[in-house]
Amino acid sequence: MTLKDSFITALGGLKTHKSRSGLTILGIVIGITAIILMMSIGNGAEQLILNEIGGLGAETIVVRPGKEPTGPSDLGETLFADSLKRKDLEALKRKGNVPYLREIMPALLVPGSVSYEGETYRPTIMGGSFEIMSATFNVYVTKGTAFTETEINQNASVAIIGSKVVQELFGGGDAVGEFIKIKDRKFRVIGVLEPKGQAAFFNFDEIVIVPYTTAQLYLLGIDYFHEIIIKTEGPEFVARSVADIERTLRESHSIENSKDDDFFLVTQQGVVKQVQTILGALTAFLSSVVAIALVVGGIGVMNIMLVSVTERTKEIGLRKAIGATEKDILRQFLFEAVILTAFGGIIGIVLGGVLSLLASILLTQVLELKWVFSFPLMAVFLGISMSAVVGLIFGIYPARIAARKSPIEALRYE
Amino acid sequence: MPLIEVTDLQKIYKDGEVKTPALRDISFSVKEGEFVAIMGPSGSGKSTLLHILGFLDRHSGGTYRFNGKTIDDYTDEELACVRNEKMGFVFQSFNLLPKTTVLENVKLPLLYSLVPHSKREEVARRAIESVGLSHRIYHEPSQLSGGEKQRVAIARALVNKPNVIFADEPTGNLDSESGKKIMEIIQRLNEEEGHTIFLITHETYTAEHAERIIKIKDGAIESDVKVHHRHNAREKFSK
Ligand SMILES: Nc1ncnc2c1ncn2[C@@H]1O[C@H](COP(=O)(O)OP(=O)(O)OP(=O)(O)O)[C@@H](O)[C@H]1O
Ligand SMILES: [Mg+2]
Repeated sequence: MTLKDSFITALGGLKTHKSRSGLTILGIVIGITAIILMMSIGNGAEQLILNEIGGLGAETIVVRPGKEPTGPSDLGETLFADSLKRKDLEALKRKGNVPYLREIMPALLVPGSVSYEGETYRPTIMGGSFEIMSATFNVYVTKGTAFTETEINQNASVAIIGSKVVQELFGGGDAVGEFIKIKDRKFRVIGVLEPKGQAAFFNFDEIVIVPYTTAQLYLLGIDYFHEIIIKTEGPEFVARSVADIERTLRESHSIENSKDDDFFLVTQQGVVKQVQTILGALTAFLSSVVAIALVVGGIGVMNIMLVSVTERTKEIGLRKAIGATEKDILRQFLFEAVILTAFGGIIGIVLGGVLSLLASILLTQVLELKWVFSFPLMAVFLGISMSAVVGLIFGIYPARIAARKSPIEALRYE
Repeated sequence: MPLIEVTDLQKIYKDGEVKTPALRDISFSVKEGEFVAIMGPSGSGKSTLLHILGFLDRHSGGTYRFNGKTIDDYTDEELACVRNEKMGFVFQSFNLLPKTTVLENVKLPLLYSLVPHSKREEVARRAIESVGLSHRIYHEPSQLSGGEKQRVAIARALVNKPNVIFADEPTGNLDSESGKKIMEIIQRLNEEEGHTIFLITHETYTAEHAERIIKIKDGAIESDVKVHHRHNAREKFSK
């Protein structure tokens, strides 16, 4: 009997018991659907997160005050930490301390809203240095001018605003030269950003940028920074600069032991690693759940195959009587199990694909995430092969029982 | 050389400690082309004998030579191969695959044979034609009468052109008219196609279609005689 014959025979056997075949593969369908969904969404999430961090630039290092958050409880501490001050900025700027530093910019986030002649809007209000932001994130002023070191040193009340802010406050009219109010203080709009959208952590269409000195003095009334963004000479200098920055800040804060650090550094590499670690752990956990689902599905298949073998004892006996060998019978039933589960796998792949497409639509439409639907080919391959392997593993026992039946016992069976 | 030769054949069923002797010291030989009827009371061991002769079961003692070779010399694969190519079976309860067409049922032995794919359909159709069921070729067993089912079973048994056909009470479940039709086919297979036939039956009349009747009682041969006045189903049928 050729493999093709075995295959056709197995297919025929399944067709004769359609409804049972359908129920049998339910477990497999669910398991494979879960795999596809998991892989697709995992992929999408990774892409989404990496895209966002990607804007940070591989050569950039961000210094944040407080202890590095290892869990949600540490987050508050970071927000209110006040360890990064002007003297740290000066220390970092010194060429001898951090030789590969190219640009450095403190940044502050100002909570609150912006208003203009009765119109109010809540953008992200940032205190920073536009020159460096422009260089780091590749954002440019289309109308008006940018503020420079001069305005920063003068604590000038000037602002550069994003395109959406213009839309909201000025209805698309000319904004340059107008005065907007932030926390009851008037700021002159000197420039409008070109539409850019999300880059790294900011949406540059919904941003208002003022000199960091002004933000410290007039808007927040604080003498520290929320973070310091440092651009190095290139990605290859990041590791070296991280060490330099840590040493400089420890010296500036008189810290002996790295355990007592009241600041931490964020690099693109570090964040990517972190994200991948988290997603990896999540995937491993979900994989084990899926593995359990597949084993349960496999046991279901085995159970039904055993019932089928018993029910079809007469058929097996007859086949043997007319010349089927043990191998023929074994192959027939093994094929039945594998076809069954592989079919379940295919259904699972289609179902998983449809569900993850729905999920991506939901995520983009409802949550307005920049989600990209991804359907990894690897998952298709994995889905089919995994389900077939499940069929092979859990089909072998029933198939062996079938093959070992003596023709005469099978024929006498009532 | 006889096609089938058994000497002191024994069969003991063991069910734990309980031993049931089903056959004791059976000896006979059958030449190619012979038509043998086996008779005997219920439980005398007829089916047991047939199953052993048909390689479906193993004997416990004595020797069985098929085509001059003792059965112990056959590997399992070879046994399956002989069953497929040289033997055909017809059972009292038909044993057709349910929800499978007549054509597919008859094709079944070809699946395990060396007959090439391209020829199978034609070979099966010819077998079906020879039992007069060409008009039922796409019917399923549930749509057939008992007599028709048995004719399908016969078509299946002869599709591979076997040397010997074993029939265990093929007319047992049929009315006399269908029975006659079956006997006519069996007799024709023997006379025209030269198939060796083993036929188990309870009815003396049916048995007298054969050339030779072996009577079994309590697992031993009671008598082994030639039939002098054979019935001819074909004459009767065509009359
Ligand atoms: N698997 C088995 N285990 C134990 N005993 C068995 C087994 N199969 C058959 N027998 C016994 O062997 C004896 C012969 O059985 P067999 O089926 O050959 O009789 P038979 O002549 O064909 O009867 P019938 O005319 O009713 O079909 C019986 O006593 C039966 O009970
Ligand atoms: Mg019997």
